[in-house]
Amino acid sequence: MTNDLLELFTIFVLAAFVGFEVISKVPSILHTPLMSGSNAIHGVILVGSMIVLGSAHTGAEEALGFVAVVLATLNVVGGFVVTDRMLHMFKPRQAAPAKPEQTENPPADGGTG
Amino acid sequence: MSRGTAIDLCYLVAAISFIVALKGLSSPKRARSGNLLAAAGMALAIGATFARAGLGHIGLMVIAMVVGVAIGVPAARLVKMTAMPQMVAAFNGVGGGAAAVVSITEFIGADTKVLATYKVLEVVFGVLVGAVSFGGSALSFVKLQELMPTRPVTYPAQQVINGLVGLAALGIVVAILVTSSTALVWVLLALALVLGVIFVLPIGGADVPVLISLLNSFTGIAVAASGFTLNSNLLVVAGTLVGASGILLTRMMSAAMGRSLPNILFSAFGSVVTASGSTEAAGGRSVRAGTPDDVGTLLAYSRKVVIIPGYGLAVAQAQHTAKELADALMAKGVEVFYAIHPVAGRMPGHMNVLLAEANVPYEELKEMDEANLEMSTADVALVVGANDTVNPAARNAPGSPIYGMPIINADQAENIVFLKRSMRPGFAGIDNDLLYDPKTTMLFGDAKDTLQKLVAAVNKA
Repeated sequence: MTNDLLELFTIFVLAAFVGFEVISKVPSILHTPLMSGSNAIHGVILVGSMIVLGSAHTGAEEALGFVAVVLATLNVVGGFVVTDRMLHMFKPRQAAPAKPEQTENPPADGGTG
Repeated sequence: MSRGTAIDLCYLVAAISFIVALKGLSSPKRARSGNLLAAAGMALAIGATFARAGLGHIGLMVIAMVVGVAIGVPAARLVKMTAMPQMVAAFNGVGGGAAAVVSITEFIGADTKVLATYKVLEVVFGVLVGAVSFGGSALSFVKLQELMPTRPVTYPAQQVINGLVGLAALGIVVAILVTSSTALVWVLLALALVLGVIFVLPIGGADVPVLISLLNSFTGIAVAASGFTLNSNLLVVAGTLVGASGILLTRMMSAAMGRSLPNILFSAFGSVVTASGSTEAAGGRSVRAGTPDDVGTLLAYSRKVVIIPGYGLAVAQAQHTAKELADALMAKGVEVFYAIHPVAGRMPGHMNVLLAEANVPYEELKEMDEANLEMSTADVALVVGANDTVNPAARNAPGSPIYGMPIINADQAENIVFLKRSMRPGFAGIDNDLLYDPKTTMLFGDAKDTLQKLVAAVNKA
């Protein structure tokens, strides 16, 4: 076993404990938004997809990398937008009639800009 | 500070933002800011990745992202709130697919002759779990979208066949570890997709949300596996976070349904139902069908009315009309609140989202336990498009597939009114004795339509 692997494994174990601890008490009304939010977070595979596409040497690797980036981008933007829409409705209402929904930039644009 | 260090620092900040975001998402107050924080962290991570030394194909990358955004944003924005669960399934599936593809690509690019066995194992794991998540999510989407029957699909020797496919996948994993063959990795990918599909087939529509949560966790694990392959701390942290919290969330959800996870996954819920047959039970017994006018009068002269919404309300887009009815009743001095079952709708918390959309104030929503305390003092329990969540069989019929699931005790109210499209059983496919109770009045028809008539009747009364 190499040191690299050991280091990653250490991070893995610690992250698993954090994952268990961090959501220990969730009211049931937030189960769906939480699932959707964590769904967006695993969209971080986009970073991996970018690395793979960015270091592609052959046509096949390029094609696969391209597919991976498209899929992962879908995961990221879809995940965050859906979660935000859900949570938008949980805002405390101070007798303010629904404001026109403002269009916000999808997160992935932060990278392309 | 070198560029690489700066990028790694950005990744660290992103990882922290994910942890804080998950923490925020567990509390109603900070949920929204938590989600935005995670999005910001993600944008930072993506931006930092662009700065990596020697990153090629940037033009192609940007095109791929534009394609993803062009499909993903409209899909996520335009989808109706009632269709949210299948959207989550879809976005989860593509994430799992991306993880599998990343692992495969990394494997193809590497010189497999000198690859250490544990590296191959990481790849194989990423492909297997990612593809199972993709296949399973795809089928969940199809089920929730009702492109196929939501009832469990069973076939002879199902467990045996599924077990054999699983064993075959395991065999191929071993073969890959020995031979490092690229072709076999593709076979594994195909087999894992099949495995995902047959894993979901026997699971009934009502249980699919729990399943999506589990598949969400799987995708997290697949992402972590890709992180091992790519030597990326960020992917390992984020993937593991989602994997671990997802397992916990899945357990919470199944607990809310009063069932264990293995029971949901392997019991083929509906096979019992098709055997017992809901029609024969329905035969011979009569129900009392009322008119909106009668019920409107009953409601208007009640002291306390409990509205119990279910998926039928969501399908009919009747959440706004339900609020109108509640407002009309409150104007007449009737005490009204909504009793929300944890799994009402199609996902835990789904009903809260829908009612919040209709501007129903928080204070009028009561969770199941709280609502049940007041149920015996309620004059009317108005069940709108719900069925399984008020089925007393869950309390008193040990043979029933839903036995043990906590329910809203609508049967304790003085009067029960069901707004239903037909006598058809609910999502779980189980007959409901409460429909035949002498205290029960049925109002057949579309929930929205019936509610409108009720509003008119209440205003007249």
